[in-house]
Amino acid sequence: MSSIDGVMRRKKLKRFWNGFKNNRMATTGAVILVFFSVAAVIGPVLFPYNPMEFGTVETILQPPSTTYYLGTDNLGRDIFRNLLSGARISLMVGILATLISMFLGTSIGIMSGYFGKTIDSVLMRVTDFFLVIPWLPLVLVLVAILGSSVWIIILVIGLTSWAGTARVVRSQTLSVKERPFIERARAIGADHSTIMMHHILPNVFPLVFANTILVTAVAIISETTLSFLGLGDPTRPSWGMMLHYAFQSGAASSGAYWFFLPPGLCVVLVVLGFTFLGYAFDEILNPKLRRR
Amino acid sequence: MKLLRVENLKTYFHISEGIVKAVDDVSFSLDDGQCLGLVGESGCGKTTTALSINRLLPPEGIIEGGEIYLESVKLTVLSDVEIRKHRWKDVSMVFQGAMNAMNPVMKIGEQIAEAVVWHQQVTHQQAWNRAKELFELVELEPGRIGGYPHEFSGGMKQRAMIAMALACDPKLVIGDEPTTALDVMVQAQILNLLDRLRKTLKMGLIIITHDLSILGETCDRIAVMYAGKIVEIGSTEDVYDRHMHPYTHRLLMGFPNIHRPKLMPEPIPGSPPDLIRPPSGCRFHPRCDYAQEICQEQEPGMTTAGNGHSYACHFGGAFNG
Amino acid sequence: MDNVVELKNLKVTFVAKQSFLKELLMKEQPLVRAVDGVNVTIKKGEILSLVGESGSGKTTLGKAILNLVDIADGEILFQNQVVNFHHKQEVRRFRQKAQVIFQDPYQSLNPKSLIIDIVAEPLEVNRLIKTEAERNERVMKALHDAGLDPPERYLYRYPYELSGGQRQRVAIASALILNPEFIVADEPVSMLDVSIRTGILKLLVELKESKGLTFLFITHDLSLAWLISDRIAIMYLGKIMEIGESDTVIKQAVHPYTQALLEVMPIPEVNRHRQRKVLSGETPNPTNIPAGCRFHPRCPHAFDRCREEEPVLQAARSNHLAACHLIEKETSQENSHD
Repeated sequence: MSSIDGVMRRKKLKRFWNGFKNNRMATTGAVILVFFSVAAVIGPVLFPYNPMEFGTVETILQPPSTTYYLGTDNLGRDIFRNLLSGARISLMVGILATLISMFLGTSIGIMSGYFGKTIDSVLMRVTDFFLVIPWLPLVLVLVAILGSSVWIIILVIGLTSWAGTARVVRSQTLSVKERPFIERARAIGADHSTIMMHHILPNVFPLVFANTILVTAVAIISETTLSFLGLGDPTRPSWGMMLHYAFQSGAASSGAYWFFLPPGLCVVLVVLGFTFLGYAFDEILNPKLRRR
Repeated sequence: MKLLRVENLKTYFHISEGIVKAVDDVSFSLDDGQCLGLVGESGCGKTTTALSINRLLPPEGIIEGGEIYLESVKLTVLSDVEIRKHRWKDVSMVFQGAMNAMNPVMKIGEQIAEAVVWHQQVTHQQAWNRAKELFELVELEPGRIGGYPHEFSGGMKQRAMIAMALACDPKLVIGDEPTTALDVMVQAQILNLLDRLRKTLKMGLIIITHDLSILGETCDRIAVMYAGKIVEIGSTEDVYDRHMHPYTHRLLMGFPNIHRPKLMPEPIPGSPPDLIRPPSGCRFHPRCDYAQEICQEQEPGMTTAGNGHSYACHFGGAFNG
Repeated sequence: MDNVVELKNLKVTFVAKQSFLKELLMKEQPLVRAVDGVNVTIKKGEILSLVGESGSGKTTLGKAILNLVDIADGEILFQNQVVNFHHKQEVRRFRQKAQVIFQDPYQSLNPKSLIIDIVAEPLEVNRLIKTEAERNERVMKALHDAGLDPPERYLYRYPYELSGGQRQRVAIASALILNPEFIVADEPVSMLDVSIRTGILKLLVELKESKGLTFLFITHDLSLAWLISDRIAIMYLGKIMEIGESDTVIKQAVHPYTQALLEVMPIPEVNRHRQRKVLSGETPNPTNIPAGCRFHPRCPHAFDRCREEEPVLQAARSNHLAACHLIEKETSQENSHD
């Protein structure tokens, strides 16, 4: 029996893989993200980096060389090593913040759509609030009050980016809940949580999944923005933080391109990778949405 | 001259899994003012046959062989531009989903008039007058001509659809499951209406349906399709009472008849075949009670039983014992 | 014979959906009286067919019995006890005994669930099994009972991999797994091809005979009702018009509405010259039910009393009831002749 199960799963996977393989956006995005994930995982092991360890006067703002592959910053720290450990921070913040955001967005969206009436009105007014409020000032205030540790940043980004997902999930839930298999589940005697977990969630998941990847891209940009404005965690310098230092020290005007170019390019590439992958998944998992 | 002749029609769908032989060597003809019932289960190729006549096939569907003549015009060789002159004007269709085939924000009368304007060189006022005439013809209250689709019941919408199909005095009307979504009472009204219209307007009528039991009052002839082929064709009497093909027999048994003893019919075993890889020999043999070796090997040709009644079976009438 | 289900003056109403403008202008929203006072008993081990056109309230009635829609008035007795739908435990116990099969096998199964999980779901939500092995065994038995053999072949498939008939059998298996007493089958074959339809109907009759199951078979097709059921109830605009043994209702119909339905019933016979009496018009909107007998505006035999007084179900002969004033009129005429 488990072998039949295996065959079915493999068949499904194969269909998905074929769609994936033939989608140029998907493969490009995947290659970019695999590259950066590997760099983020093993990079800091091979090239450890301590942001508190400053260089000497001779090593300040050195251009790229065989000792410092990408040169040094205004405090004499190795930019290549900083870039690798920054990849870890940026990806971690992006992914963890997205998980929080998806969890909130999906559960609020499903509850709102499923229960309707008062619960829907209340939840959707809260959602509207988060949708329309100017994001940056809110986050600035929150981080200023709560402090700028990397965990606080993750939490703040997660708490402020779920509203769009909730809207999408709610509308999908509204259509799924009208389908007869939900009524069948009720007739069997299933309670609300079973219906939401077993019947609605799997049917809204493909939509959520593609959306998740796109939200990750947004979360990474958010982190970069916050760090660039100087609200990042100084003990764990991310790419945004590197850009912050570069900007502060006037690297752009003094011609120290190696200082700001690498972190800038990395942010652009990673965000592009996530966006490509997100759109590609949307196309593969929800073909009807696109073709019509 | 025959109104419509379909000869050895082959319409295949080219999809990623292979070639679906939806209609495979189908021939039939229709006289002026005659009504033919084209009956079969879902996926048997009955709708594809109709769409081939009007060349309204989706892009994957290609007519691979055979000819279709409307009177003396060979429809199968016409270009896309030329066929458009015949569509609706000579051959029109009544679809199943009358509720969805209408624009909800446009007056019903306007929608009928629109069909007239597309095909005839007339003014808007003339088209509107024609719409009024058509309204009367399909027995709709003339006062409702300015109404919107949501104000019409299911049966009234289907009448309006029929009015639209009649807009240009077509020679042939094809009804694709014209009564399927309707209640029995309304179904009977619509069938009566179609019957009356084709007699008074002397037009040809093809009714496509999965329901063999509704054809008794309206059709002169019935063609039964299975897996892309016509397995039996003949006058309504012949198909109902003197049918020879085991599939026709089983299909008819599926409709309980209250005038006869109450018998629980035996279901047809198995399921309809995959038309990418149809069974060898007779396509019905895997589900047939009377199949023998020859049925697996050799495809049966059409056997004539006289009076235009023919069937494709090696052992026609075997079920009679 | 024991009664499995008894409905006493059951009523279900909905608030009619209206256009925004009308909603603004009108203070009271019109009520749709979908089920408007139905009294029916369903006996143990029988198939009762509920026949009606769209808008007759037959599906709503089926749902109301299973508490899938709220009841406005009246009572439902299950095995001679009133079901209290506010009592959670009681509802849960009732739902284990009363199951449903829906019309559309393409829509009523969760497309993301494996067959084994769909069939086992009633066991899980009611927490009735302890081990994986027990679960598998019961699912296999249910699939087998529903005519899916060998059951192993279906366990790990998804609904989209099965044909319509097979899906409907999966739905039946899932309804059977709790060993219910009573099943509401809501148009279970109307979406299926004729060749597959008979297999499902046969299965229902077999289940009735082998397990003593009781069915409420909801259909628009009078000929199918005649074929498989013991008794037939005819419904029009939320009320039962006629009820009796299936042969009696078909062969000796009393109510003009039943007669009209019989008149238009398609029969695979050559009837080209038969002149049918087809009623004109369609079933009116249930927001606006005619006064008196609700069928009188379309009835060919309507007389003054029909416009004023609503007829109640009364015996036309033994075990055969109809809601029509003609019954009394005829009996009184017969009496006066004596």
